[in-house]
Amino acid sequence: MNRTLRWLYRFEGGIGWTSAAFVISLLVLAPLASLGWSALHGTTQHWSHLMNHVLPNATFNTLILLAGVGILVTCLGTGAAWLVTAYEFPGRRMLTWALLLPLAVPTYIIAFSYLDLMHPIGPVQEAIRWVFGYQSPREFRLPDMRSMLGAILLLGVVLYPYVYLSTRVMFMSQAANLIEAARCLGESPRGVFLRVALPLARPAIAVGVSLALLETLNDIGASEFLGIQTLTVAVYTTWVTRSDLAGAAQIAMTMLAVVVVLIVIERKSRDRQRYANTQRMRPMQPTKLSGLQAVIAGLLGWAPVMVGFIIPASYLLYETIKRINLVGSISRQLLFAGWNTLLVASAATLLTVVLGLVVAWAARRWRETRTPSLGQTCARVSSLGYALPGTVLAIGLLTPLLLLDHGLGQLVTLVTGHSTELIILGTMTGLVLAYTIRFLAISTGSFEAGLARIPASLEQAARLLGESTTGTLKRVHLPLLMPAIAAAGMLVFVDAMKELPATLMLRPMNMETLATWLYGEASRGTYEEGAVAALAIVIAGLAPVILLARTPQRIGRNAS
Amino acid sequence: MKKSILLCHSIKASLLALTLSTAMNAASAQDVNLYTTREPKLILPLLESFTAKTGIKVNTVFVKSGLIERVKTEGEKSPADVLMTVDIGNLLDLVDHGVTQPIASKTLDEAIPSHLRGQDGQWYTLSLRDRVLYADKSLQLQSITYEDLAHPKWKGKVCIRSGQHPYNNALIASMIAHNGLEQTEKWLRGVKANLARKPAGGDRDVARDILGGICDIGLANAYYAGQMKTSAPGTDARKWGEAITVVRPTFAKSGGTFVNISGASVAKYAPNKDNAVKLLEYLVSDEAQGMYAKANFEYPVKSGAPKEATLESFGPLKVDPTPLTDVAKFRKQASELVDRVGFDQ
Repeated sequence: MNRTLRWLYRFEGGIGWTSAAFVISLLVLAPLASLGWSALHGTTQHWSHLMNHVLPNATFNTLILLAGVGILVTCLGTGAAWLVTAYEFPGRRMLTWALLLPLAVPTYIIAFSYLDLMHPIGPVQEAIRWVFGYQSPREFRLPDMRSMLGAILLLGVVLYPYVYLSTRVMFMSQAANLIEAARCLGESPRGVFLRVALPLARPAIAVGVSLALLETLNDIGASEFLGIQTLTVAVYTTWVTRSDLAGAAQIAMTMLAVVVVLIVIERKSRDRQRYANTQRMRPMQPTKLSGLQAVIAGLLGWAPVMVGFIIPASYLLYETIKRINLVGSISRQLLFAGWNTLLVASAATLLTVVLGLVVAWAARRWRETRTPSLGQTCARVSSLGYALPGTVLAIGLLTPLLLLDHGLGQLVTLVTGHSTELIILGTMTGLVLAYTIRFLAISTGSFEAGLARIPASLEQAARLLGESTTGTLKRVHLPLLMPAIAAAGMLVFVDAMKELPATLMLRPMNMETLATWLYGEASRGTYEEGAVAALAIVIAGLAPVILLARTPQRIGRNAS
Repeated sequence: MKKSILLCHSIKASLLALTLSTAMNAASAQDVNLYTTREPKLILPLLESFTAKTGIKVNTVFVKSGLIERVKTEGEKSPADVLMTVDIGNLLDLVDHGVTQPIASKTLDEAIPSHLRGQDGQWYTLSLRDRVLYADKSLQLQSITYEDLAHPKWKGKVCIRSGQHPYNNALIASMIAHNGLEQTEKWLRGVKANLARKPAGGDRDVARDILGGICDIGLANAYYAGQMKTSAPGTDARKWGEAITVVRPTFAKSGGTFVNISGASVAKYAPNKDNAVKLLEYLVSDEAQGMYAKANFEYPVKSGAPKEATLESFGPLKVDPTPLTDVAKFRKQASELVDRVGFDQ
């Protein structure tokens, strides 16, 4: 291959699209650059202290937490996806979407709910004492939830849907033919799962697990509640208590570097594999279970839904009713907070989906080549926002947002002759941009995976028939991508709605979202009102989650 | 073509968003803009009565952390007028980062003792918050020193939030100011050895965990006890509050209790500076200071402000005489000590 050709291949996605993707990745790079700048301009005087007394323990805790959550979400997510895809039992249809419900429960709310439920004076232990005739919690107590094991369990039961979602789509759209072939060739059900379905699902599992792990890594609310000293907590305390923003940026950038290396390794390890399928998508034929087997399958399937959604949601509902009985009403400001949340989350979803589509399209492969195109590099860069803790991203965004503000301000002054106030920083626009940069990884990743399932020959054919790049996207790929677009949109919406740290730092005056409202209640100690806001977040997250849950079913139905 | 449609839509959307956000941001001259690290609803009654008196509307944003970074970045265009925070260290940080401006106000100078405000008018204390001991009611504990918390008799009986939290950081810094670094390290190791559970959660969790039988005593700010003890009957908070008695610990040497502050500064580029000063002056009026005690159970900074019954029931408060600005000098050492001892691990 000569050099010019290779150079041209870097623009495989089309020069216009690649340039657009490039601009978008610059947007994501801006906060990183600004953080890198502060990291470089700090002293390293804290490092010996941090290395000796903070980081070893924080790193150890973080690794244990990640390993635990990783194993749990893989087992729960993949297991549940296989269960509802490969087997037929009473209640299966409902279970297929119910398994996604824990997605509506943010990590800080699950921690807060279970802390209350499992507390020695909470209902569970009270019941146990009543049954066994203990008089006071001093005579009998269960182990405290505030432990590493508690953290792993709680994070695991709300984060597994990321894995469930991606693997289920994979099982439904990809596995059917191969699995039936394996069955015909006499493979046992276990063998089908371990030797065909699991390897097939590997990219999907990787996508889901990495989302769950990034969320675990960047969590701060639940860690604070549960007293787990993770690296993200170390970043936070280095910045806030040790008053060393540069030091915090240094730790954060190091963490980011490690994350990037891990993601690259994971991708490289399955670089040569191709999963595109030219056959029509159709669901596999589930094995019918009956009797005890059906009961066990049902119990297994419903357990994570129970722990991750039904129990905490019922608890919040109970607290809310108690609150309404005590006080009489829900405050009107809470409704405003709900409206604000809806507004920013929708705007962010729209922007994130559109930008993600541009990036993923620029990064697509439609020729067999191993040279990474510029578009693919842009796609990797665009996903970095999700790999940083929200607070850190928000600090990094301050300066870029201000620069954007100055630029726009000068433009407006030029056109209208008036000087402006800040129009980006500390406004809803700034907030929407922050969400977009943070969650672009979700949409880009989802669209890339979606595009990878569409065989390159489709685009080759379209192009041979004289269609343009844009036309191919519009007329061939967009319709095929619809399920992915819906799924990504819902995920981004739910995530944006739950987002707390960046919102706290960047929001305009007098503006509450449901998450900041809840946080405010929690900081003031009015927990009962907090439960109302928490329930509102869960309910608001429910609608998109249910819609989301219907998408993979639709894939199956339309195609069959 | 799809691209141009997408482009067109996104331009429309962004224009709409810009218009919206600019409209949201446009504060009128009759306003005062408050950036606070305190939950604004805590001081809402104060702000509402300020608005009722002066007709000046208060716009608030609760920035949990990163207030300094945000104001600093916003620079000359920052809409912030008043910056409000808790903890002496955080207040001094505002001044150190150059986001405040000096003001001169006779009212403020008269109301606030001189060691509780910056000498150049860069920061002002608005209320006092004592860090006290919550103890299981049945213990009938009458008095205790902070030093006593490390005594082995409390082994497995102490609850506390993270040692890196500003409230504990300031207390540990104060301990260093009293007893020196070496003694404080010994003390902190002793407290660590006495912990019933990992340092986690907030101050109210101490009361809850005492009721839950996890621990017998714990450190927390006094106003939380006031809030819990006066919560509506039947609420969880009320039950937690009723499980504890508040004991005001003292430093062995001075016999005084550690008191931190909440306070405020006028922002460097305050667009409504006059209103900002008016707000601060209102907050130290007799009326507002009385409300601090009544609504928040914080001690008024102004002597002679009306007293509050629940606070009085905690007994007399003898404030430790060590100047807070001296305490603040040991903040970094205190934070490093917490790491060295592995207090939070």
